[in-house]
Amino acid sequence: MAIFFQNLWNDLIGWSHLISANNLHSITVFILACFVGYYVVWKVTPALHAPLMSVTNAISSVIILGGLFALSNDGLSISKVFGFLAVLFSSINIFGGFAVTNRMLQMFQKKK
Amino acid sequence: MTDILYLISAICFIFALKGLSSADTAKSGNIYGIVGIVLACLGAYTSSCNLLYPLIAILLGGSIGIFISKRISMTQLPEMVAGFHSLVGLSALLIDSAAYFSPELFGIVNNNGDIYISSLIEIGLGIAIGAVTFTGSIIAFLKLKGVYKGQTINLVFNSFIGLIVILFLITFTITADIKYFYGLIIFSLLLGMTLIIPIGGADMPVVVSMLNSYSGWAASGIGFTLQNDLLIITGALVGASGAILSYIMCKSMNRSLIDVIFSYSQIVSDNKNIQNKSNKSYKKGAPEDAAFLLKNASSVIIVPGYGMATSQAQHSLKEMGDILKKEGVSVKYAIHPVAGRMPGHMNVLLAEANVPYDDVCELDEINNSFATCDVAYVIGANDVTNPAAKNDPTSSIYGMPILEVGKAKTVLVLKRSMGVGYAGLDNELFYAHNTMMLLGDAKKTTEAIIKSL
Repeated sequence: MAIFFQNLWNDLIGWSHLISANNLHSITVFILACFVGYYVVWKVTPALHAPLMSVTNAISSVIILGGLFALSNDGLSISKVFGFLAVLFSSINIFGGFAVTNRMLQMFQKKK
Repeated sequence: MTDILYLISAICFIFALKGLSSADTAKSGNIYGIVGIVLACLGAYTSSCNLLYPLIAILLGGSIGIFISKRISMTQLPEMVAGFHSLVGLSALLIDSAAYFSPELFGIVNNNGDIYISSLIEIGLGIAIGAVTFTGSIIAFLKLKGVYKGQTINLVFNSFIGLIVILFLITFTITADIKYFYGLIIFSLLLGMTLIIPIGGADMPVVVSMLNSYSGWAASGIGFTLQNDLLIITGALVGASGAILSYIMCKSMNRSLIDVIFSYSQIVSDNKNIQNKSNKSYKKGAPEDAAFLLKNASSVIIVPGYGMATSQAQHSLKEMGDILKKEGVSVKYAIHPVAGRMPGHMNVLLAEANVPYDDVCELDEINNSFATCDVAYVIGANDVTNPAAKNDPTSSIYGMPILEVGKAKTVLVLKRSMGVGYAGLDNELFYAHNTMMLLGDAKKTTEAIIKSL
């Protein structure tokens, strides 16, 4: 029995090495950011929920960075094609998202 | 340097969301967002060499994006947002695939050239979320556009697909084999479709918010794969935002998220209540009668719904409101949280027509005022005014907070026909003694009223 737990413990330690310090750092950042998002978004007035959706849609396209990294090597590879397409699609989103948000917000502002 | 740019960029994104807490600061919020994205791209560029391809892609994508944003009408906003969500999902899918095929570019390989197991987990999860967001948003887009109506899907079948996705996810992380990689993609794409296909039309605001949330989690997933804090933060912000919106929408319908996602029976049960309504009588009015009532009222509350959006009646509505105000009538607008097809949809349409911000009230603010108002002008809204939500425990919308228009002295209901609303329910309100039905196109009716005023 003791040997069983000893082995189990060793296995767990073995697995814990898979979670590198980097990953733990990422998880920390992720959880804290969720809290920030939670509190900031509750403050948004219901009247502006539509612009909120389009602006979050635009900023979630920062994943364009991933596409840029994939494009950063020399030579041709399938990853480069994927990267190119990812940058293309995210740009549609970024430009379209901010432009449409801007259009909406202008409507909300002009009757002041 | 890169890290500093990323940090500033993340702060900009937080300010972009914070700006939306009031209409005055919202525009500066949008500018923060744009600055954030530009800084993020600059940060990425300093570490890369080749500029040609990225610039082509950005210019091409940017012009398409600007083109779409100029062409779209505010009525079509929900389907545009759904379409954009699908692009986030697709991009996430592409980037995760790139990371799988060229892990060395992303620095996620060990000395033997194998991808770290933790990175495989992240890639696998990223692919699943990205693919579900992608196909789910496409189905939502088609439904919102009215091209596709949806159908029922067996719950067992859906759970089965979900189970297969999980199995592929596990085998992929353990083996890193390309077979499982493809399997994971295919079944996740399938899952996205089968999840959204059976969801009823009335639940569309929840679906759109939910997909918004997914697109955020997809971005966070990429951030984990790339060990990039900016992506993790931004994804979490967006994910939280979408989740909160879904929660608000669900609460406004008195339903749980689980209930919405698994409400497979809804489409079938829709047709039950329709048969027994033909023998009930209702009062039909002419625009002239309505004009007379409105003119002699001292306070009018306008309740817009999706019908206003489809007939583009917001401009004539505003015109009517202005005429009434000149006559000394108090005019307010009451907006139910789930009116329309996405959160805040009605507010945008009214803003487009220049309706003053202060005249537009939320459910809680105005619901008590119906009892003292002379005329409630219901234009293209149905389920959000249905008294069955209060009185009929057997109704599928029982318990949902409604706008209590029935308490007004007179209720004018503008509707295309006596047909049922999006939830497929008959509405007792239409047969009440103080209700007058104005059947026909909402915009034409409103214009006829303006003429008689």
